[in-house]
Amino acid sequence: MAARHLEPDTAELRARWGNFAFTKAWEAKARTAIAKYPDGRQRSAVMALLDFAQRQIGEETNTQGWVPIPVMEYIAKYLDMPVIRVVEVATFYTMYNLVPVGRFHVQVCGTTPCMLRGSDAIMQACKNRGMRKGHTSDDGLWTLTEVECMGNCSSAPMVQINDDNYEDLTPERLDAVLDALAAGKAPKPGTQEPGRHTVEPLGGPTTLKAMVKANFDYRKEW
Amino acid sequence: MSLQDKDRIFTNLYGYQSWDLKAARKRGDWDDTKALLARGQDAIIDEMKASGLRGRGGAGFPTGLKWSFMPKESKDGRPSFLVINADESEPGSCKDREIIRHDPHKLIEGALVAGYAMRARAAYIYIRGEYIREAQVLEAAVQEAYDAGLIGKNACKSGYDFDVFVHRGAGAYICGEETAMIESLEGKKGQPRLKPPFPAGAGLYGCPTTVNNVESIAVAPTILRRGAAWFASFGRENNKGTKLFQISGHVEKPCVVEEAMSIPFSELIEKHCGGITGGRDNLLAVIPGGSSVPLVPAAEIWDAPMDFDGLRAVGSGLGTAAVIVMDKSTDIVRAISRLSHFYMHESCGQCTPCREGTGWMYRVMERLRTGDAAVEEIDMLQQVTKQVEGHTICALGDAAAWPIQGLIKHFRPELERRIAEHDAMREAAE
Repeated sequence: MAARHLEPDTAELRARWGNFAFTKAWEAKARTAIAKYPDGRQRSAVMALLDFAQRQIGEETNTQGWVPIPVMEYIAKYLDMPVIRVVEVATFYTMYNLVPVGRFHVQVCGTTPCMLRGSDAIMQACKNRGMRKGHTSDDGLWTLTEVECMGNCSSAPMVQINDDNYEDLTPERLDAVLDALAAGKAPKPGTQEPGRHTVEPLGGPTTLKAMVKANFDYRKEW
Repeated sequence: MSLQDKDRIFTNLYGYQSWDLKAARKRGDWDDTKALLARGQDAIIDEMKASGLRGRGGAGFPTGLKWSFMPKESKDGRPSFLVINADESEPGSCKDREIIRHDPHKLIEGALVAGYAMRARAAYIYIRGEYIREAQVLEAAVQEAYDAGLIGKNACKSGYDFDVFVHRGAGAYICGEETAMIESLEGKKGQPRLKPPFPAGAGLYGCPTTVNNVESIAVAPTILRRGAAWFASFGRENNKGTKLFQISGHVEKPCVVEEAMSIPFSELIEKHCGGITGGRDNLLAVIPGGSSVPLVPAAEIWDAPMDFDGLRAVGSGLGTAAVIVMDKSTDIVRAISRLSHFYMHESCGQCTPCREGTGWMYRVMERLRTGDAAVEEIDMLQQVTKQVEGHTICALGDAAAWPIQGLIKHFRPELERRIAEHDAMREAAE
């Protein structure tokens, strides 16, 4: 986390983002988020609002978005909390981008379960396409990040790209996914292993086979 | 006898069928939940205690007992809360994800039953930020439950008002620690609190709070329907029930599977995973309970029962039952060093031994990986792990220390071999 830094607070940054405000759609989501918490506890929604702001900026810039300082100030005012408390949250949690990112945020899991299943080759495949860890490609398309365990260990190795996971990867399968994304298509998320549904053993489940074809009610066997 | 399908709780584990309310009801969820609640708070807690269910998040604390710590009445008007830990981030763990995206109604019904039993006003489900699609399913399932009158005002027509809210994290392993999770829910950095006070006394917003793992909560309705004796008929004494095992790494077919507790490691691997890559003789070591527990060498793990006591007996632990298998092609030092990197990355920075120690340990581990170290440094590393362990507010320091201790205990000759090899190469170069 030490590698994370805030984008410098310059006049240009203020000029670009100083007037940030939620659009109607994100404003409605923000209100719903705040309503989840007791009266006077609106600060609990700071994580949700940072995410919404990042996503709105992503929509406006055709990227995955980020949260500049003036936006943190806007959220602080919105939730009636000190700016520093918002900055603390934004810098503590790794999913808030503190600098701009590309249209596709390629997050390669490199933790041991993925490493054992070949995440080195996945990372290399990204580098072979010109991506560099911690950087956005010149065409603004790709940002590459190595992330810690994403909880897809039984279908490793995996990458998360924007909101979707691509699992059971090989370099060839990853290339196919990235080619499809670059071409503006929507590749199928989840496992890329032909014949595998989710996290059952490859070749078909060893348990609960009746569930494959029908929504079986096991209660009649109780 | 091995576990039969009719005794599996998570029947839609693989998501072949829809997660939605209609499909979940056909599988038996939300079936006369009103009657479950009508048994009364004490009866529910007693049944959970009798079932022998121990928390499925790693620590294994008896779930019914935990619920019983909550106040029976509010003397000062403070409400109570249930917080459900869906911040599944322990390397190797990938079970709660399957529950949330394929069987979310088991979790929501469990939230109502558990929340009612501990007299909570609402449940907050804290789901890790990276589970984006999973959170969307969960939110939609919660909305379905509200629309059907199953939660909210007069939940299931029981006369009890109970809300369920989904709170998304944003990428911090430490928020899986219960007090860090509470801090995060309050809109702060996820840094663990000193205990006492314990959450059951002063937790979320200073109110009595119980934090339970997703799996612990999601199994509760089935246990109540089928009875404590049914659940307790699986597994050894003190290690009861069924459990979601998650097998990753060097097996032919990695998978998530629900099995009886205490199933031998060999049976789990051969029955569901197609065996070790390259055969049994190719097995090097196993991390049987997620990254925080020490590794176990092949010979000791093979016949070990996969439960709390069985794995403690071989110097490790069940943790979340995330089984990371490593065959002989594994660079074992790198495998553990990568975990050290994980803990360095995830240390919240609050306690000095952990903040400084995790980085230090990782840097030494990286030198041991290449052999660029002195033999004495192995003992120094061991010593430092002991200075981190037990000297921090939460267990992340311990979790960072244990994998390294396991490596030194079982693979010291390999560490020494690398150092000798490195020395020989340097001498040859000179």
